[in-house]
Amino acid sequence: MSGSTTKSAYWRGARDGAPFIIVLIPFALLFGVVATEAGLTLAQSMGFNALVIAGSAQFAAVSLMQEDAPLFAVLATALAVNLRMGMYSAALVPHLGAAPLWKRAIVAYMTLDQTYTVAVLEYEKRPKMSISEKLAFFFGVATPVVPTWYAFAFVGVLIGGAVPPAFALDFALPIAFIAMVAPSLKSLAHVASAFTSVVAALLLVGLPWGTGLLIAAACAMAVGATVETLMERRA
Amino acid sequence: MTYSTTEIWATIALLGLGTYVIRFSFLGLIGNRPMPPILLKLLRYTPVAVLPGMVAPLVLWPAATGGEPDLARGVAALVALGIGLATRNTIWAMVGGAVALYTLLFALG
Repeated sequence: MSGSTTKSAYWRGARDGAPFIIVLIPFALLFGVVATEAGLTLAQSMGFNALVIAGSAQFAAVSLMQEDAPLFAVLATALAVNLRMGMYSAALVPHLGAAPLWKRAIVAYMTLDQTYTVAVLEYEKRPKMSISEKLAFFFGVATPVVPTWYAFAFVGVLIGGAVPPAFALDFALPIAFIAMVAPSLKSLAHVASAFTSVVAALLLVGLPWGTGLLIAAACAMAVGATVETLMERRA
Repeated sequence: MTYSTTEIWATIALLGLGTYVIRFSFLGLIGNRPMPPILLKLLRYTPVAVLPGMVAPLVLWPAATGGEPDLARGVAALVALGIGLATRNTIWAMVGGAVALYTLLFALG
């Protein structure tokens, strides 16, 4: 019995992950193009995709490398961009914490914005899922998402500078980020945090190598948490 | 880019390792133990704290136009934001932003 419900959980996950293929194709292509234009070889670009597998951090790293930033600044900024995955990791604990270590190790590798969001929403909607169904669902979501990222980043490297500037692929990245963040602006604290991030990042844009973004993000996190605390006190 | 091949690979490896440690952290090491609430509260704001600050300069001063503000890109960003807020749907926001961008780039020639 558990075999068939596990299988159906896997396919439900694959179905829920499939729409992200549309989002990831331009994003992945763009990474391949940007990495090639920055001077990375095919192996290095694919090394990013296989080892880091985090689009926004990869873009942040490559754009700083293009400016010849010190390597510690490249690492610090890209890892700061990925800190949100610590939150994802924490959010998965109540659902997948009881799984065997090696399975949690694979889940960790595939913890992306898309897989995390889809999986946690499903777990909250169907709290009665067993641990093996939850794992199957997670791997189901990852199935269309992860290979799409590898494949289209590879294509992006191959086409490299061949995309005409008229396609304005440069703007796929900002649009993708805005589209990812806007739906999560669901409370005053989130709006205050995002607003702080924008204002501080613009004011600090003169600081070298993305350090302005690091400071802006730290301020914005503190503002978000503070506003949330204040709202709780008033309630 | 003036790094040596070794430096580039070291950066990729360290970034991969660091990212994996972040992803594995709570799920792998904490298991079922509870976490300090203040940490959870701060971490909750990471996406909205990092991504808007990263995007804002790219919207106001796009590299593709040599850092000059660009009407098509600015409007496309606002459309993506508006649709994302209204529909709470990432894909519609992306589609809306892309349509606005290409329409304006075409119309403004």
